[in-house]
Amino acid sequence: MYGKGILKGLGVTLKRFVDTYLDDIAWWGRRYYNDEGIAHRSSAKGRGIFTVQYPEEKLPVPEEFRYVPFLVYDEGADGKKEIRCTSCGICAKVCPPQCIWIVRSNDPQTGRPIPEPTEFFIDADICMNCGFCAEYCPFDAIIMDHDYEIASYKRNVFNMEQLLKPASYYKSIRPLNYARNEEERKAKEAAKAAKAEAAS
Amino acid sequence: MATLVHTETLDLAARFPGAVTADTRPGYSGWIVNKENLVEVATTLRDEFGFDLLSHVTGVDYFPDKMEVVYNAYRTTGGPGIFFKVQVPRVDPIEVPSVTPIWPGAEFQEREIFDLYGIKFTNHPDLRRILMWEGFDGHPLRKDWHEPFYEEDNKPFKSRWPDGKFLSAEDKNPYKDNLRFPQGFDPEKITFDGEAALYGALAKYQTTDKNGLKTDHVIVNMGPQHPSTHGVFRAAVVLDGETVIGLKPVMGYLHRNHEKIGERNTFLQNMPFTDRLDYFNSMSNNWGYSLAVEKLMGVKPPERAEYLRVIMAELSRIQNHLILIGMLLNDLGTFFTPALYAFEERELILDIFEATSGTRMMCNYHRFGGVARDLPAGVFEKIRDLVEDRIPRKADEFDRFLTENEVLVSRMKGVKVINGEDAINYSITGPVLRAAGIPYDVRRAQPYGIYDRFDFDVALRHNGDLYDNYLIRLDEIRQSVRILQQALKQMPEGPVMTGKPQYQVRVPAGESYGRIEAPKGELGFYIISTGKPNPWRYHVRAPSFINITALEKMCVGQKIADFVAILGVIDIVLGELDR
Ligand code: SF4
Ligand code: SF4
Repeated sequence: MYGKGILKGLGVTLKRFVDTYLDDIAWWGRRYYNDEGIAHRSSAKGRGIFTVQYPEEKLPVPEEFRYVPFLVYDEGADGKKEIRCTSCGICAKVCPPQCIWIVRSNDPQTGRPIPEPTEFFIDADICMNCGFCAEYCPFDAIIMDHDYEIASYKRNVFNMEQLLKPASYYKSIRPLNYARNEEERKAKEAAKAAKAEAAS
Repeated sequence: MATLVHTETLDLAARFPGAVTADTRPGYSGWIVNKENLVEVATTLRDEFGFDLLSHVTGVDYFPDKMEVVYNAYRTTGGPGIFFKVQVPRVDPIEVPSVTPIWPGAEFQEREIFDLYGIKFTNHPDLRRILMWEGFDGHPLRKDWHEPFYEEDNKPFKSRWPDGKFLSAEDKNPYKDNLRFPQGFDPEKITFDGEAALYGALAKYQTTDKNGLKTDHVIVNMGPQHPSTHGVFRAAVVLDGETVIGLKPVMGYLHRNHEKIGERNTFLQNMPFTDRLDYFNSMSNNWGYSLAVEKLMGVKPPERAEYLRVIMAELSRIQNHLILIGMLLNDLGTFFTPALYAFEERELILDIFEATSGTRMMCNYHRFGGVARDLPAGVFEKIRDLVEDRIPRKADEFDRFLTENEVLVSRMKGVKVINGEDAINYSITGPVLRAAGIPYDVRRAQPYGIYDRFDFDVALRHNGDLYDNYLIRLDEIRQSVRILQQALKQMPEGPVMTGKPQYQVRVPAGESYGRIEAPKGELGFYIISTGKPNPWRYHVRAPSFINITALEKMCVGQKIADFVAILGVIDIVLGELDR
């Protein structure tokens, strides 16, 4: 019959329309503007309407999600920022678009380099969010962020002040990675202690 | 037909004494052909030895003494390909005979070499710049050409560490932009011969019909800003009424000289850049590049990584074809309903990419000798649900929604895109070639990774019309689902990386070509290493770019409205086309 194909096609759209309301009823009141509803609606199990109303609603980002990196500091006893970075320069060397700039510190007395950066810049407009800096940093000092809303009217060149974020923030966005790092560090320290003991 | 000589045992030097010698540089393979004998050798290779598919042509600048043009041809019946090269002294004018008369698929590639290396191809039908603008100064891929932001030949730049005081490169440039004009350039006085040459190449402004009546033809510029061109692509079309009688694509609006950037980068730094080629399929782009480099390094990824590569690449193929179908329907006038239906499953696939690699589109997932990380908890189940349930369901839904729709059928059936023979001559690969009845799929023709373990059919359709080009995408989605089902069942536990992750890899000197069956066709990376941390040559065989060579052939004689649909089924993406 001529027109059957078109009717069948229209049936698909109609089904979608009905499905949206069926899912609305099944999830009465919980489908919009809350995390559970958003996750369900945009998952493989959702039926009917699929879209998320950004910016009122936001899709949850997975742990591995990566955006322009930040520098991690540990909170010292008296609120001192203990920067993890040793200014070894690996991230600056591995960065594909070369958007990391590091000024290494020198000891004022001896003039020898000390493991701490004086300045640290990331040109976020050039950063391609590849994640290499975080991947190859041997000290877990630079971590990819989850905050993707950084649009502005000017160039985003971040200096050290803007880049530093506490380890607690790192833990909150990447709990599994954080736990893994801590474990590795503890294992390393234990190995070191055992070695020192064996030597003495 | 007589049985063909194996590529490995084929001795070109014996067949052409004096004209061909073996390429004996360490790490290289293939043959070096005298410039004078190129046409003869190429014709023999095609007609006698059966190398009917010219995969790619590219140039290499062996600064300071030689330029080389590298040809790589395959048989559509499968098996390894053959490299042959022509070497010429590096003194202008550099001239090499064109192979476009033998393999028309070389037309745009030779124009590209002319544009970027300044090698002139004698006997080329339409030798103009293709990616750079007409007034551009110099040939950017030559080793002695420097960009306006030039800092050093190779990364990492010394200015970044240990004394990395930030300064923005554009402040050093008088134009505050990555821009430089030729000597004596005056914007008031410049005249472009490029446009004249473009229209001149079309050169069919007027014809006389059989009654002696003169008719004017109309030139229409489709694009560069036209929604149907899927990006900044332009085609100058000559129309007689509604019928296309001539067409020249104009491209390069998104050109960023990816290959020059690639030669400045270290080997690893190129990985995220490959994501930006065909930005829908970063997972497959990564694979092509890692194959080429791994061949040189002699490393092999562990089992689990091989499976992860297959899984990600096939998911990528599915979502690519979903977009294609959705967007094709958009081009045909069903505004956005099919496109958005197609995007749902794509979003779910991108969720998987995001959870595994960190980003939805710029995945940067492969490393030399493995992949960046294993699947996080819960992702395996997500993939399984998609593959077992949702994607097959979507393919069936598309069948109900579109395949039998009478408007669609009458719009697409019988509108010829290209036939098999022409498709091979024009070096077309991928679904467009298979829809024309040529069962050529790199996964079968020369299996890479672990594709030899899976049971799947090479999707094939025979008419080569728009409708078959649409159907073959659905077929391929179903075949990908089959591969995924097997891969998910077989995937072992284990490491995903051979050896320690390294940011500076040692790549022995030599040349290497890695190719994969990307969703859009054969994607290849031709790499030359000199043993240094940066590649000497980094060339991308981009299927979008090469498939578009036949656009004029496909469109002449069709209606202007069909041009939009034909462009849609060739499946171009400008990130890859313009590079
Ligand atoms: S790699 Fe890590 S420790 Fe080294 S300079 Fe970069 S952030 Fe600092
Ligand atoms: S994410 Fe990549 S591009 Fe961005 S700063 Fe790190 S290494 Fe550089």
